[in-house]
Amino acid sequence: MAYLTSAPIDVAALVSAVQAPERGGIATFIGLVRNHHGGRDVLRLDYSAYGPMAEAECGRILAEAQTRWPVAVALQHRVGGLEIGDAAVAIAVGSAHRDDAFAACRYVIEEVKRRVPIWKRESYADGTVSWVDPTAALQHA
Amino acid sequence: MSAAAPPSITVRVLLFASYAERFGFESLPVTLPASARVADVVAHLRALPGGDQLPPKPLCARNLSHAGWSEPVSEGDEIAILPPLAGG
Repeated sequence: MAYLTSAPIDVAALVSAVQAPERGGIATFIGLVRNHHGGRDVLRLDYSAYGPMAEAECGRILAEAQTRWPVAVALQHRVGGLEIGDAAVAIAVGSAHRDDAFAACRYVIEEVKRRVPIWKRESYADGTVSWVDPTAALQHA
Repeated sequence: MSAAAPPSITVRVLLFASYAERFGFESLPVTLPASARVADVVAHLRALPGGDQLPPKPLCARNLSHAGWSEPVSEGDEIAILPPLAGG
């Protein structure tokens, strides 16, 4: 299964992918499109990606998580046009016990945000659009 | 015919998102000395018309992996200049 998808994310399919008789817990994280950013009203957004590298980097992140913790990880990230409330990213982590599942899930979302080449262009209620720069947002956070 | 190594290499530079919009293209072949590093690829781009809109030290990738500033580049490499990442 590719990590990037232009179709709605099927969270149940990700959960099923990490379900197994020896795994007693599954942690999930779902990132949704928010209707505000930096005090502005967001109407919709577009995700674009450097596809081949994004796929490779997601694969590396999942391999790292699965080496560091005894877990199975499934991940999908949307590309293309999204509306408010759509799932932009979803992660499911299955493990024997919950501590490893939570820790690996947190690791994967943080590394995805830090390393995967994906960009977001927001459309605002005032008719303007802009590429989101999280490093600029930090300066007035 | 001489078998000497060529004095220059050509890499394919990729631009994305805001950087592609600023430059007006997404892909560009760039020829550099054979000793070039990632930093030299960026310096070449910044010397082009409009190149001052690139930050001095953008994130870069070489052949689908994040690349350090001083990493050497080779003939045929794909060098991507990455705007601030905003996935997740």
